[in-house]
Order: sequence, then structure tokens, then C-alpha cells
Amino acid sequence: MKRILAFAPLVIAVIFGGFFLWGLNPNRDPSEIPSVLIEQPAPEFELAAVEGLETPGLSRADLTGHDRPIVLNVFASWCVPCRAEHTVLTNLVERDGIRLFGINYKDKPKDAVRWLANLGNPYERIGSDLNGRIGIEWGISGVPESFIIGTDGTVLFRYVGPVVGDEAIAKFREALTQAGALEERNS
Amino acid sequence: MTPEFGHFALALALALALVQSVLPILGAARGNLMWMRSARALSVAQLLFVGLAFAALMRAFVVSDFTVLNVAENSHSLKPMLYKVAATWGSHEGSLLLWVLILTAFGAAVSFFGSNIPEPLKARTLSVQAWISVGFLSFMLLTSNPFERLFPPPIDGNDLNPLLQDVGLAMHPPLLYLGYVGFSIVFSFAVAALLEGRIDTAWARWVRPWTLAAWMSLTAGIALGSWWAYYELGWGGWWFWDPVENVSFMPWLLGTALLHSAIVTEKRDAFKSWTILLAILTFSLSLLGTFVVRSGLLTSVHAFAVDPERGLYILMLLALSIGGSLALFAWRAPMMEAGGLFKPVSREAGLLVNNLILAAATGTVLFGTLYPLFLEAVTGDKISVGPPFFNASFIPMMLPLVFVMGLGPYLSWKRADLAGVFQRLRFVAILSVLGVLAIWYMTMGGPVLAYLSILLAIWLFLATLREWALRIRLFDVPFKEALRRARNLPRATHGMTMAHAGLAVAIFGFVGSSAWKSEQVVFVGPGSNIFIAGFDVTFEGVQRLSGPNYFADRGTLVVRRDGEIVTMLYPERRTFPVAQSSTTESAIRSTLAGDLYASIAAPASEDAEESGAWTLRILYEPLVNFIWIGSFMLVLGGGLSLSDRRLRVGAPRRRTIDATTSVPAE
Repeated sequence: MKRILAFAPLVIAVIFGGFFLWGLNPNRDPSEIPSVLIEQPAPEFELAAVEGLETPGLSRADLTGHDRPIVLNVFASWCVPCRAEHTVLTNLVERDGIRLFGINYKDKPKDAVRWLANLGNPYERIGSDLNGRIGIEWGISGVPESFIIGTDGTVLFRYVGPVVGDEAIAKFREALTQAGALEERNS
Repeated sequence: MTPEFGHFALALALALALVQSVLPILGAARGNLMWMRSARALSVAQLLFVGLAFAALMRAFVVSDFTVLNVAENSHSLKPMLYKVAATWGSHEGSLLLWVLILTAFGAAVSFFGSNIPEPLKARTLSVQAWISVGFLSFMLLTSNPFERLFPPPIDGNDLNPLLQDVGLAMHPPLLYLGYVGFSIVFSFAVAALLEGRIDTAWARWVRPWTLAAWMSLTAGIALGSWWAYYELGWGGWWFWDPVENVSFMPWLLGTALLHSAIVTEKRDAFKSWTILLAILTFSLSLLGTFVVRSGLLTSVHAFAVDPERGLYILMLLALSIGGSLALFAWRAPMMEAGGLFKPVSREAGLLVNNLILAAATGTVLFGTLYPLFLEAVTGDKISVGPPFFNASFIPMMLPLVFVMGLGPYLSWKRADLAGVFQRLRFVAILSVLGVLAIWYMTMGGPVLAYLSILLAIWLFLATLREWALRIRLFDVPFKEALRRARNLPRATHGMTMAHAGLAVAIFGFVGSSAWKSEQVVFVGPGSNIFIAGFDVTFEGVQRLSGPNYFADRGTLVVRRDGEIVTMLYPERRTFPVAQSSTTESAIRSTLAGDLYASIAAPASEDAEESGAWTLRILYEPLVNFIWIGSFMLVLGGGLSLSDRRLRVGAPRRRTIDATTSVPAE
């Protein structure tokens, strides 16, 4: 009995070690928050255009029925990381032909207009979510966030935070490729 | 040039550690005194070289040598000098170097001050300590070189995080590490004793001062971190049950258990294998902390930059050290003969209850901390375990411990008379109940658990003081005689009284500031009035001020009680344009009765500058300062106990093997 008892700490330590080894898997990100929306139809919403901007407003119907999945990006002019991400998204639109839609989150229209005028406007449509109500529908935890939406309106992928830096871009691009959201070009 | 010099010093330290990990232990096995004594020079030289490396890194930070990658990433030429120095241990690499510095310092200290320890035990202990050194020095040299160069060097450094520029925070890691890593020497002693196959009362006496020193530093380190969070983060909280806090708390809990079980081993030759196991597990939990913080295993606000490669290397070190020592334990522990016998009511039994509760509490915290990982591995679900779990499980577990703590010192060794003890504690019990009734009358309402905790805290405080008074026969004999008795009492006894009373004081703080805390978060404009805990607070408005490298929005609050102005509070929100971040400077009116704590957060809306509306967080935390006073008493108690003559003189030397007498001294 005493012998078996003396082995107990070792056995427990080995079990813990096994879990730790599993936990070190480099593809695992403990801070990743899975979205309950994944594989679910996108929520219903209808947003007016940003006041003073020619880009039309956005509703759920605008997200579906395209020839390939589209990207929905939640942004705001007051959000500094969004500014960094803007270049990445513009490149994805211009070089890879993704179709980009935006939700302007809790932003003053005149600020948003100035921001887009300065940096360029890669969005096909932008809905103005003045009070953040639609942000709640989408369950966003901050700005920016990006979603990939299938042609039938299913949410395929969610990215929390700015798509900035090689690692983040590679991850996002992989998700785009998997979803088939990139333009097929004959090269 | 100095960075390369530092790097080279580290490599030399590794070479010395390799020799030290083999030669002395071999000497102990063969009875070769020369080989055993080599540990002394080796451990001191090892400390010297690691110290040189540390000084080289610190120099790079002080002169802002941005050709060193680590400096470029973690410092900035505009940082105040104190924080440039503190940045030395601010990064993963630098803190690891500090870790190893403390590790080698404890090894050198044992070879220097441990003249009463028999040579074979000392040689084995220092070899085991060198095994740990080899592991961490090689880890540093192979994966985390702090002296990595950067070409071309940047114009200026990267980091100016103003939140971390705080004296408390600069001192927090060294103290915490002193505790964390200090337990390494206790671990080495335990492994050496297992290798030797003999644990006796003398062993426990040699180990105790080192345990005490590590425990004191850890206590101070944890208290300082908690104090920083309270003052700087602007939440008014002092403990968040964050994984990284938990991994520092677990060695403390188990180290406390070790401190007490070592007493039983020392006095009664009992609990031997248990003491050894605690010594191994306490340091294992410190290692686990190092692993969790540096591997990205769990999410935490404190974690260093994460690298799975490094995580794997540390896990390997963990497997070797913890797995190896526990395997050795499984092999050797059953051979240890049981020591002194005792009755179910005795001081031994009291300390056993203390140990069981502390171990169970450690297990609970460990389980709660790692549960998200376990669950994710088994089911794939992601959850986080927060304060509700820990408060509901940990606190009720601690209450019986506090009760037994009051009784413990009254119990005599081997067999105690419980009826007699209760007889002596009758007045203490009555006073505690009266005290809690008085507090209940004053507060009128609060959780039952809070009243129960207060009851037990009063019980512990009074019982501890009464025990001390009984010892010196205060009030029984003339005051002068009592004073003489107090002087003659061993310092360790004073230490225990101080530490136990300190915990009681800290419990007042824990309970008061969580159960009777009032908090209001309101939008305010000039002239707004807030009523909190009997204070009438008027918000006068916000001024824009400029500091050396920031600008501040300073709010002015007039605090009145019964119409009279009590004080003015000036909470600030500082914005650092270069670092692109901001900090909250809370304003606190601190009294023994409680803290009135005000902080202003971001403007209530984006056009606050026009409307003058701000978010004001105002808290009243009763008794919160008792936490720091109590923590200080805990550390002081440890210090008193450490200064006890008994620990310094030690047991007479024993002739263990013939070699000790036949070989002349060098």
C-alpha cells in the first residue's frame, strides 16, 4: 500500500505532463474565441448608407447571391488598428479580387467620410451602425472584425482583430482560399 | 563588446555547472572529500559568471545599447533610469537570466553559509542545484539568448509602456523570483536526502532557514504585485485569480505547508516522506509557473511573448526534474522509517490538519487554473474559470484552517488535553462572538460567509495574542518579569505569533474590502453629486495639464462628510503620445478604516471635451489597508523566525563517513 501511494505523485505528474504536451500544439490558440455564428446563417439586418457617402447601405440580402463568398468587415474611423488593416484589405480587393462589404461601427458619419476619402474606399457597400445594435447581432467583441459569408448567407469564418502582419494575413488568406472567396484567375 | 562578454560568461557558467553537477556528487558517493569540497569554489564561480552576464545585460540597458535586440525591444532612451534598469528583467530572456542568477545565488549561499551541514549532504545538494542550473543555462543559450545582436540598430527602442513604469512593479519580479527560485534549494536538499537515503531531525533543521527565506520573499513578492494592481490598474481590486497569479500563489500555499511540516520533522522526527514530497512539489509548482507564463499554455494578461519551441524545452526540463525527483521519491520514500508517534489530539495532529487543508487548497487552485486546458483537450470546449469558482471553493476550505490555527499553538506535542485548551480559550471565544455581533450591528447586512470569516479572524487574532501572553505570563507576574520572559522566548516563537496575527489582520482586509465594498460607475459633468459610503462627492470638472512626456486630464473631486470638506481627490488620466497609450492614476484617500478610491476613465462619449461628461469610477473599500499591514506582518514574522539563534547554530556536526576526518583541509 505504502509503495503504491508513493507512486501516486509521479503518476499524477505524468498525466499533467501529457496534457501540457497536448497544450503546446502550435496551432492551438487559447485566446481564440470561437464564434457561435460559424456554420449558422448570418443574422438579419438592414443598415442605411453612411450619410454623405455615395456607397449604398447594407442589408443581409446584399451579402447573398454572389458568385463567390464575400468578406464583411466591421470598421470605424476612431479605431487605430483599422487604419493599419485598411491597406491589407485594399490589397486583397485590388490584387485578389475579394468582394468586400463594410459595417461602419459606432462612427460619426462625417469622420467616416473623411477617413474613407483619405485612405480610399475598397468597400462595395457600407452600412452605418450608429448605435452598435447590429454589432450586437453579429456578436462582435471589438473593432475590427472580419467575417467570410458564403453565397447562401452562411457565416464561414470569423477573424477577431486586425488582419495585420504576415501571420495574420496568411491565416486570413488561407480561410479565403478554403472558402473560395478569391477571384479565380487564369495565370 | 560587453554583450559578447556576457554571452561568453554564460557559456562559462554552464561549463562550471556541468562540472558541479558531476564532481561533488561523485565525491560524496566515493567519500572523496576534495571532490565534495569542489562544490564550494564551483558554485561561487558559477554565481560570479552569471552575475557578470547579468551586469553586462544591465549595462546594455543603462546605456541604451540598441544593437542588442533585447534592449531595442524592451527599452527606450526616454525611459527614466530606474525603469531602464528594471527593464533588464522585463523580457522573457532577461527575466530568465535573473531566474538563473537567483538559482546560482542560492547555491553559492548554501556553500558559503552552510558550514554546519555535513559535507556529503552539502555536496549532493549542490550537485542537484547544478543540474537545475545546467537545464536553465542551456535553455537560455540554446533558445533565448539575451545578448542577441541586431543590425542595423534602430534609432530608438520599442518599449515605453507607461503602465509598467512603476516602482512596485519594478521590484515585484525580483522578489517573486527570490521566493519562486529560492524553493529550488529546498528541492535540492530533498533530492539529496533521497539519494542519501537518510532524513532526520537535523536535515529538517538545515532546510528550514532556506524554506523560510524563500517563503518570505514569495510573500513579499505576491503582496507587492497585488498592491500594484490595486493602485495602478484603476479597478480597485487586489486579486483576480488570473492564471499567472495562481501559479505564484500555489508555491506559496504549499511552501506554507512545508514550513509547518518541517517543524514536525525537526521536533518529532515524523512526517518525513511527506516533508520531502512537499519540498519537491513546492519547487515543481514554481517550475510549472515558469512553464505556464512562458509557453502560452493558458491565456493571461501577464504572459510573455509566446514561443512553442521554448515551451517544449521547458516541458522537457519539467519532465526531467519533476518526473525524476518523483520517481526517486516513489523508490526511496517507502524505505523511510516512521518517526515519533502521536495521539489524534496533539500538536502533530494540528499541523497535519494544517497540511491537509493547505494541500487540498493548492490542489483546488491547481485544478481550477488548469481546468480550461483539460476540458479543451478532452471535449474541445473553451471555457474560463474565474473568481466565482475560486471564491466558492477556496474560501470555505480556508475557514477551518483559520480555526485550527487559533488552537494549534496551545496543543502540546505527542498528546494534548483538548478540554484544557478550550478552558483557556473560553474568553477568547466569547470575545470573538461579541466582536462579530458588534460588527454585525454596525454593518447591518452582508454575506453570512463574511461574518463567519470575521468571527474566525477575531478568534485567530485573540487566540494568538493570548497564547503569547500566557507564555510570558503577562498580567500574572510583574510587568518587568513578563518583559524578561518575552526577551528569553525564542525568536521563532515571536515570529509565529507575528505571522499568525498577521494573517488574522490580512483576513480583516480581505473580507472588509470584498464584502462591504461600495462601488459606483457614473457619467458625471461639472457639479455632479455622488453619494457613497457616507461621503458626498462633488465633481468639479476636468483640467488639461501637461507632464514631462504626457498630458493629463485631471478631475477635481470635493469630498464632504456631514457637510464638512474631508479632502480633495484628483484622479488623472494620462495620455502618452509617443507610446500611444494611456494610464489611469487613481486618487485615493487612505485611512485605516478604508480607502475612498476614485478614477476617471475614458470620456463618457466621443465629444466629451465639448460636453464635459466623464466616466467616474468611485469605490469605498473598507479595511483594505489591513491586507498590506497583514502581509507585512507575515514577512516580519518570517524574518523573526529566521533570525532565531537555533537556526544559526545548528546541530553538532556528525561524523558520517571516515573521509571527513582523514583528509586534511585544503
